[in-house]
Amino acid sequence: MTDTEHSPALATPLRRPFNLSRRGFLGGALGALVLGVTLPGGPLRAQGAAAAVTPGTRVRAFLDIRPDGTVLFRSPFIEGGQGIFTAMAQIVGEELDSDPARFQVEGAPPGPDYGLIGGMRFTGGSMSVRMSYETMRKLGASARAMLLQAAAARLTVPVATLTTEPGRVVHAASGRTLTYGDLASAAAALPVPRDPPLKAPADFRWIGKPVPRIDVRDKATGRARYTIDLTVDGMLHAAVQHAPRLGMEPGLMANEAEVRRMPGVHSVHTLPGAVAVVASSWWRARRAVESLSVSWMEAKPGTARTMPADFSSDGHRARLMAASGDGVAYESDGDVAAGLRGAARVVEATYDAPHLAHGQLEPPSALARWNANGTLELWCPNQAPEMFQTAAASVAGIAPDKVILHSPMLGGFFGRHFLYETANPFPQAIRLSKAVGRPIKVIWSREEEFLRDALRPMGVARFRAGLDAHGLPVALNAVAVGEGATGRWYGRQPNAVDSSAVEGIAGKPYAIPNRRVGQIHIDDPAIIGFWRSVGHSMNDFFYETFFDEMADAGGQDPYELRRRLLANSPRHRILLEAVADLAGGWRRGPYTHADGSRRARGVAMASPFGSEVATMAELSLRDRTVQVHHLWVAVDPGSVVNPAIVAAQIRSAAALGLSATLVEGVVYSAGAPQARNFDAYPVLPPDRMARVHVRIVESGAKMGGIGEPGLPGVPPAVVNALASLTGQRVRSLPLSRAGFV
Amino acid sequence: MDLTINGVTQRVEVEPDTPLLWVLRDTLGMTGTKYGCGAAQCGACTVLVDGQAIRSCVTPVENVANAAIHTIEAVEADPVGRKVVAAWVEQQVPQCGYCQSGQVLTATALLKQTPNPTDGDIAAAMVNLCRCGTYEAIATAVRKAAGA
Ligand code: FES
Ligand code: FES
Repeated sequence: MTDTEHSPALATPLRRPFNLSRRGFLGGALGALVLGVTLPGGPLRAQGAAAAVTPGTRVRAFLDIRPDGTVLFRSPFIEGGQGIFTAMAQIVGEELDSDPARFQVEGAPPGPDYGLIGGMRFTGGSMSVRMSYETMRKLGASARAMLLQAAAARLTVPVATLTTEPGRVVHAASGRTLTYGDLASAAAALPVPRDPPLKAPADFRWIGKPVPRIDVRDKATGRARYTIDLTVDGMLHAAVQHAPRLGMEPGLMANEAEVRRMPGVHSVHTLPGAVAVVASSWWRARRAVESLSVSWMEAKPGTARTMPADFSSDGHRARLMAASGDGVAYESDGDVAAGLRGAARVVEATYDAPHLAHGQLEPPSALARWNANGTLELWCPNQAPEMFQTAAASVAGIAPDKVILHSPMLGGFFGRHFLYETANPFPQAIRLSKAVGRPIKVIWSREEEFLRDALRPMGVARFRAGLDAHGLPVALNAVAVGEGATGRWYGRQPNAVDSSAVEGIAGKPYAIPNRRVGQIHIDDPAIIGFWRSVGHSMNDFFYETFFDEMADAGGQDPYELRRRLLANSPRHRILLEAVADLAGGWRRGPYTHADGSRRARGVAMASPFGSEVATMAELSLRDRTVQVHHLWVAVDPGSVVNPAIVAAQIRSAAALGLSATLVEGVVYSAGAPQARNFDAYPVLPPDRMARVHVRIVESGAKMGGIGEPGLPGVPPAVVNALASLTGQRVRSLPLSRAGFV
Repeated sequence: MDLTINGVTQRVEVEPDTPLLWVLRDTLGMTGTKYGCGAAQCGACTVLVDGQAIRSCVTPVENVANAAIHTIEAVEADPVGRKVVAAWVEQQVPQCGYCQSGQVLTATALLKQTPNPTDGDIAAAMVNLCRCGTYEAIATAVRKAAGA
């Protein structure tokens, strides 16, 4: 981690001029989320509403301290690589006074105790730590207070004479100590204190430190277990073949009898939109199901969410491009029409970005078992246990409390494992297990995953800027065209803008006096979902590359123009200067590097998920291959729990951003995705990775997110650098479809 | 068919063209070896066959019936594998971890054949995909393990 810098001391008076993105998400999306989620089969009940439990307060729902002093912690948030289990162990361990290394963490079962995001629970929106930080500290402090009480009773001394050291209570006057393991059962019987005192941050032993992750050894030795690895007694394996287009249903299976006789085959099934084979191993099931010749019947007219037979990426892009008008206003300031009329010069450009696949390395799977007592036990990758429990109950036709849901570690997610109609295998596992009368594990092959993933939406943005006689922007009109993932899944109000469709175009900090951001909603025919950094994943690319176009048209240096327009926004300006400093100073180029290559740099800012980010890229071209040598990222998440995990997440998000910039894009033609595996849908390979340098700036502002914010600045920083080097403006991603490799 | 895995010979009853990956995972319950793509694209399924890193998802089990197969479950039984795992822990390489069995075994095969690899050797050998983008940490860990 030598390339990570961490400067916690920086403190500046802060204001957030017009960053609406986070407020938009919390106010809009969460409001809708609590009201209910619509799925086929009827609206789901809001979770936690009926429970008289204050989430995050019942110590016993979260913590078991074992006789040996190790701590089992049931995490409200699911681990999928972002380091949340370690962060939870640090936060709770800090106040409990127990070494995070002694924690074993697992995903908590469904229940009202874990609804720490506005009474709901999901792992996403880069929210886990920032939404639960205070509550989890209090939880640890409450548990410590209970242990102290139990020790006071045991030693018959006043509680005030006791202190703790990691894992034990100390009576200094007598030199006696009791371990947490000894006290745990007595402590568990005590009432949970209301407002336990919290440590002063200056006394933190683990919070704010690069504490080692608690899961790396298991993950380096193959011992970590994901859903796809699980087995239960009597289990059979299932593989599926989905309808080539969503909405089609299986008809005749001409060779069914023959397939039934293939080795290891137990049975052949039809499911909604799919056929399945159950067999003694997944390979046998897969081979059999792929041998089935199925007559697929077109969707009945009026079926929701069918994939049109003529759907193509090119056609949809053309449709988005053709949308006219300024759309529904989301953000405005000043008078943009007057600003444009009075401008000395007007600059216009239209940008687009493709659908993207998640490509998490663990293919989706689900394991279902019906128990003799009428309960259904389900193991499946998920970012929202209560929502999956309710949806599983609806598929199974039983009450939600009869569904025992397990939420294993995720082999990557990036937004893949929300509840997306048609994109989750658990309904298939439930139905097959019921039909067969045995536990069933369904695995989707990589090819089936590429067919049914919930994609990052396709998006288009049109910009029109007015410059004054000095070349400075005085008016900016931006229109985002497409559909946002939040609106798709959590309800869209007609004539209101889904913030996930505009975040990253709206919420920008630059002082441009006349601004308007509007959105034109056009349904995306694909199944769309959340993809790491959601709307920011493309919108910051659109905005920040257009920013450079404004700068060029006005004869301004893009870095200096940003600095100038951030003059009254110290948090952003400091961060911009920090990234330049990290990069050894701003130089746009092109210039000749010591190795003889011609290089150039680009810069971009982003305000995603409550954090602030400044990104610089340096690249060269070899033939038409774009070589990104360095990415410098300065991130201000307000304050951090684990700087090593923060740096790792920034690198990880930067890699995904680079992948999307260089090579990724889902292409549909005739209603079918053209890529069904990584051969035709390339993702960033090791030799295309850049060196990522991270500087963490802790401004002391309200804590922001970390899992996603490293991504949005990368595409614009890279594409701006490419424009500096070549003079060519690329307005459509990925670069591999713009004449580059 | 007899297979020798991590030094133990076991009999399996499977179709001879079954990929080794699924024999390991479903027949033998050794799930440390991962399925990512099934098409020799990602390397999550990497195991060692006679010391070479191979992609078990496209390797018919009949081709390895007389070979010495090593999987992630026994990586620390090998002194080079132990060094690699130690470097992985020290560098805190894994994120989601799903690709890491394959990465660790690929690094182990490299260092067994080339104890002091150049950066070019590392780049040529460490080609497995990691969707979490741990590539820099992987390269650093391989260098550390080589120096250990
Ligand atoms: S699973 Fe074998 S290479 Fe991907
Ligand atoms: S650590 Fe997640 S795929 Fe490599």
